[in-house]
Amino acid sequence: MSKPILAASLSLLALATTSAWADHPVAIAGPMTGQYASAGDQIKKGAEMAIADINAKGGVLGQKLKLEIGDDACDPKQAVAVANTMVNKKIVFMHGHWCSSSTIPASDVYNEAQIPMVTVSTNPKVTDRGLKNIFAIAGRDDQQGQVGGAYLAEHYKGKKIAVVDDKSAYGKGLADEVAKAMEAKGVKPALRESITAGEKDYSGLVSKLKSAGVEVMAFGGYHTEVALILRQAQQAGLKLTVLGGDTMSNSELATAAGAQANNVLFTFGPDARKNPSAAPIVKKFHDAKIEPEGYVLYAYAAFQLFDQAAVKAKSTKYADLEKALRSGSFDTVIGKLTFDANGNSSAPAFVVYQWKDGKYDYVKK
Amino acid sequence: MALALQQLINGLTLGAVYGLIAIGYTMVYGIIGMINFAHGDIYMVSAFIAVTVFTLLAGFGISSVPLSLLVVLLVAVFFTSIYGWTVERMAYRPLRGSTRLAPLISAIGMSIFLQNMVQLTQGARVKPVAPVLVGGIDLLSVDGFTVRLAYSQILIVFVTVALMAGFTWLITKTSFGRQQRSCEQDRTMTALLGINVDRTISLTFMLGAALAAVAGMMVTVYYGVVDFFIGFVAGIKAFTAAVLGGIGSLPGAMLGGLLIGLIEAFWAAYLSAEYKDVATFTILILVLMFRPSGLLGRPEVEKV
Repeated sequence: MSKPILAASLSLLALATTSAWADHPVAIAGPMTGQYASAGDQIKKGAEMAIADINAKGGVLGQKLKLEIGDDACDPKQAVAVANTMVNKKIVFMHGHWCSSSTIPASDVYNEAQIPMVTVSTNPKVTDRGLKNIFAIAGRDDQQGQVGGAYLAEHYKGKKIAVVDDKSAYGKGLADEVAKAMEAKGVKPALRESITAGEKDYSGLVSKLKSAGVEVMAFGGYHTEVALILRQAQQAGLKLTVLGGDTMSNSELATAAGAQANNVLFTFGPDARKNPSAAPIVKKFHDAKIEPEGYVLYAYAAFQLFDQAAVKAKSTKYADLEKALRSGSFDTVIGKLTFDANGNSSAPAFVVYQWKDGKYDYVKK
Repeated sequence: MALALQQLINGLTLGAVYGLIAIGYTMVYGIIGMINFAHGDIYMVSAFIAVTVFTLLAGFGISSVPLSLLVVLLVAVFFTSIYGWTVERMAYRPLRGSTRLAPLISAIGMSIFLQNMVQLTQGARVKPVAPVLVGGIDLLSVDGFTVRLAYSQILIVFVTVALMAGFTWLITKTSFGRQQRSCEQDRTMTALLGINVDRTISLTFMLGAALAAVAGMMVTVYYGVVDFFIGFVAGIKAFTAAVLGGIGSLPGAMLGGLLIGLIEAFWAAYLSAEYKDVATFTILILVLMFRPSGLLGRPEVEKV
């Protein structure tokens, strides 16, 4: 193609796309299908509610938000493809991805295209690489592992504790941090194992735990595997207590593991549903027959952040948004948020929860 | 020692499931010489049927465990056989007599179709079933380690043995078995002798699907969760089992399934659970290097 024609067609293309977006395209990305699809569903519910609320009050800077949804199925390769698609859709803001192993490769694409992203991924590598466009609102696994490891060392002293991960960026990172925190308190893990996520048969692991006399398992990974391990432990006659991370906040764990879910402890940010200031929004979710558990309110908060930062910066351009997010303090449904130079949030510390008959609450001891 | 016994039990259970699915692969290969890649997904469909029926029964307030197991088994076998028949009728029969690759591609397409159909109609989330058969028998206790035989494991092994016995009788003693074996040897000659070859092939697909249905129902009872993707891993493992035992050989498929189950169980318990698939496939490669037609397979003889 000769140069003038190329230039002409490019400018035509640019015209065509600019005229197409009268609204601000914003996006979420996460596992909308696959075995972690229930987490993607939470993000979607939270985001849809937030965008409906923002649009109802007139949008952001007079323009409505239009939601794009990307499905990465927690597959790093698919995550990069989703990121490229979103860049082509000229989104101005991204909430995602969910799995750390997806967020890390995808964030490079968003960084290059200068799109700000707010994520709930917790692997320290998400923010430690110093990318300016990332803002993490759900804490970090080194903080989370500290809390979990210290809790185990304190409350399960003298019992044999195994540390198991699923080899994912999130799972292994978290399990390593828990083991480190336990060792710092003088408790050595009795067993260190890895499993392959997505399998169904974990009887080998269960037998190994049983023969080592393990009573407590610290697990880095996702809820679907924990449900299977607990059911198989029960069949093998092994009474097992599990301490997991933030991903255990999914009610699918309780349906899949049945009564065994009562043996699951996990670390997560403080329950935003208990904040008095969040009450009106929580009520709105309940009215829509949605339980705002897990990441629902985080997704809502991500779009509150975008809204408030854009209003503060009076622009949705990357440089202005980034500056506003980094310098400001924001009132969201999950609490007051500020960010440091790497995008780590001031989110309150992790707490330990326990499942009890299909609901989770702060642990009682 | 106790750990070894426990893993022997676990491995045999897992192997029995692999073996049941593997028979479907090996039978179809024996009769029309193609790999039915949609077979793993037929198994997945059967697991979903089992979940649906379990949920329905619970909804009707039927709590008797043996009754609900029996009903689920019959319904799953019935509907999955229909799936097996339909898949053969729609995707493979029109291609009979064309090149060898055509039905293979059609099978891969069918596999993708079934997966997506279940994903769209049932959703992408995992479907849990409340535990149906809990508890077990403690066999012996050594140094604080109790070897436990779960009731669901007894069910799996018992049903598998019964099915294998019935199946062997069907193939070796009945007229359908004779028709099937003659189709395997020479389809043209069989047709000349007045046997309905298409009907025999259809029935073979239905039988394979029925066995997969039993496996799917038992996996639902044993593990308690299913999703639209379980057919892929199980299909690959069962196909490996069929190749390891010698594809085309029925006892070979069962032997291959049991071997893979045991290798996985022992490797996971004594070495690392991370690398059990590596162990399985290494052994597959080693066997194929020294016995290219598998453990119990007969080398293909070129007919002149």
